[in-house]
Amino acid sequence: MIEAVGPIKRKFAPWDDPTLKPFIRFENVTKRFGDFTAVDDLTLDIYEREFFALLGPSGCGKTTLMRMLAGFEQPTEGRILLDGKDLSGIPPYKRPVNMMFQSYALFPHMTVEGNIAFGLKQEGMDTSNINTRVAEMLELVKLEKFAKRKPHQLSGGQRQRVALARSLAKRPKVLLLDEPLGALDRKLREETQFELMDIQMELGMTFLIVTHDQEEAMTVSDRIAVMNHGVIAQIGTASEIYEQPASRYVADFVGDINLIDGTVSAVDDGVATLHCAGVDATIVAEAGPGEVAVGAEAGFAIRPEKVQISLEAPPAGTPNVLSGEVWDIGYLGDISVYRVRLPGGSIVKATVANLTRIVERPITWEDKVFLTWPADAGVILLK
Amino acid sequence: MAERGTQGIRPFLAKWALVAVPYLWSLLFFLAPFLIIFKISLSQTAIAMPPYTPVINGIGDFWAKLTDFTFDNYVFLTEDPLYYSAYLSSLRIALISTVLLLIVGYPIAYGMARAPKSLRNALVMAVILPFWTSFLIRVYAWIGILKPEGLITIALQGLGILGPGQQIHIYNTETAVFIGIVYSYLPFMVLPLYAALEKLDATLLEAAADLGCPPTKSFWVITFPLSLPGVIAGCFLCFIPIVGEFVIPDLLGGSETLMIGKTLWAEFFNNRDWPVSSAVAVVLLIILVVPIVIFQNQQKKA
Ligand SMILES: Nc1ncnc2c1ncn2[C@@H]1O[C@H](COP(=O)(O)OP(=O)(O)OP(=O)(O)O)[C@@H](O)[C@H]1O
Ligand SMILES: [Mg+2]
Repeated sequence: MIEAVGPIKRKFAPWDDPTLKPFIRFENVTKRFGDFTAVDDLTLDIYEREFFALLGPSGCGKTTLMRMLAGFEQPTEGRILLDGKDLSGIPPYKRPVNMMFQSYALFPHMTVEGNIAFGLKQEGMDTSNINTRVAEMLELVKLEKFAKRKPHQLSGGQRQRVALARSLAKRPKVLLLDEPLGALDRKLREETQFELMDIQMELGMTFLIVTHDQEEAMTVSDRIAVMNHGVIAQIGTASEIYEQPASRYVADFVGDINLIDGTVSAVDDGVATLHCAGVDATIVAEAGPGEVAVGAEAGFAIRPEKVQISLEAPPAGTPNVLSGEVWDIGYLGDISVYRVRLPGGSIVKATVANLTRIVERPITWEDKVFLTWPADAGVILLK
Repeated sequence: MAERGTQGIRPFLAKWALVAVPYLWSLLFFLAPFLIIFKISLSQTAIAMPPYTPVINGIGDFWAKLTDFTFDNYVFLTEDPLYYSAYLSSLRIALISTVLLLIVGYPIAYGMARAPKSLRNALVMAVILPFWTSFLIRVYAWIGILKPEGLITIALQGLGILGPGQQIHIYNTETAVFIGIVYSYLPFMVLPLYAALEKLDATLLEAAADLGCPPTKSFWVITFPLSLPGVIAGCFLCFIPIVGEFVIPDLLGGSETLMIGKTLWAEFFNNRDWPVSSAVAVVLLIILVVPIVIFQNQQKKA
């Protein structure tokens, strides 16, 4: 029998099951600081055992949302439910929620061990169990050698790992991770991501993670919420967010995207034709039923890796062709990014996987190239 | 290489001048007076002007006179129980006062550190403000408050707690000394405590609460330990000068309160026994060197 190494993404979609109740529920939550609205009438359901990621630009209210769930801020309006119970009025130290702080908030007068054991001591766990758990946590974050050190004797990444271990030690029902891995190097970060997924699955905890690293969000989480100015722009699985962005904002925020403005000139059997005056082209793309109307201003969004670049003109009559001149080539190791300048002056990006160790690229600067893609490669965005 | 000259020497001198200033200051205003006192303490009492026989008159005289040095004054301190009990009493009063100051000062400093940012500077100002009035006048004012026919008695009589004939007898007791000391030294306790508490990162308390620690407990496991540098600084800043305090016990304590500062004053001015009072001062300094050294070490660690 072959045992699976590392977590396998199971078929897990409680949000699609109407019989299940959400575990955490933000119900029309608004948070204002003075006259500044940090979170604006936000409703969000998170299910038990879900690994949920919050993605969004700095200052969009991610930390505020977590702090309300942990109990450090009270919603100005709306309420937060945990397992069906309203959390308002319950102080932070009585909530079954642990938070890993963005600033770590390690206790400077305690050793690494002392920090990790702190929450367990509050529970009244006996010493031998505490020691076992602390050792376990130290091993998890690979800090066994640093157990006796004080936080100020650690590097930034080591401190972050202590903070992570401290928040994990209590095995709370809900763990809030505010940029838990930002200070780690790539290798350690990837390892820790998988460790987190393991722990989360093994212990059946619900994780809410904030990260600025989209790849990380996509790797670890079951669902992602993209936030903007205190509201949720879109909730969905990683592939939904990436392949079917609901708005220009989401398309632009997550991953790399080419956005071409145009006007819908025809809709026929789920296929919309977009006339794009700016780039002097006609684009044909799938349109969701009933969404797109003739005459509407819309944007066409396509990911660079779905654009094919070639030196030869496609046969006449092929839809979705743009021609231009190679403006710039970026070599990123695994892929190369071609920035192609269209006659109108706008730039379209196309990526090509570097399958061979090319010495001379077949397509190079100032070549005249043709960009093509199938009709289902991009999406039409009305917002 | 040849250019080292003027360009090299200037910053060198400037740096040394900067370092030299505090040392010169200590040399002139601490070490020199101390050596003079120490010299006087080694001489014989005499009824004269000055009221002692100088041991050294000049450098040439030095070796000849060295044999005249005497530790008689120090021996005398051990013979009369007055000095011994005055030292002990001073240490006791200083210790109790420091504890009282900590108990009174901590909540004040805590409140200040938790006050809205915009208010804090005003509160610090309010703590410092009494310094703008002479210390002596403020202690005198306490006489007016504490004396049997003073403000406290009047207030209590007005409230009907005391009958018309009854009076409060605090003045000329040790209690009055404690009140005076706590009042006078409070800023020295509050300011270092405030500095330590204000630095404290509020998210640490949130983290403690998050891990299941209620606020009263997190005060003792987080706030207090982290304010210890302030506690230590405040205690030493108060304890050391209180041991040698003279004005407050003299004005508020009456004859009942025995403190070494008072003894010293009496020895110097009433008995005109400069050598013995110098010996008293030197011994006081030696006693205080211990806490001062501990304090210095603590500050270095912090
Ligand atoms: N206590 C507060 N008083 C006033 N404004 C606040 C307070 N806390 C947060 N804000 C504001 O609310 C907004 C959201 O803050 P929040 O910390 O939630 O952002 P974030 O999404 O976590 O950002 P980042 O990715 O930079 O951590 C910010 O504009 C911030 O300035
Ligand atoms: Mg944040």
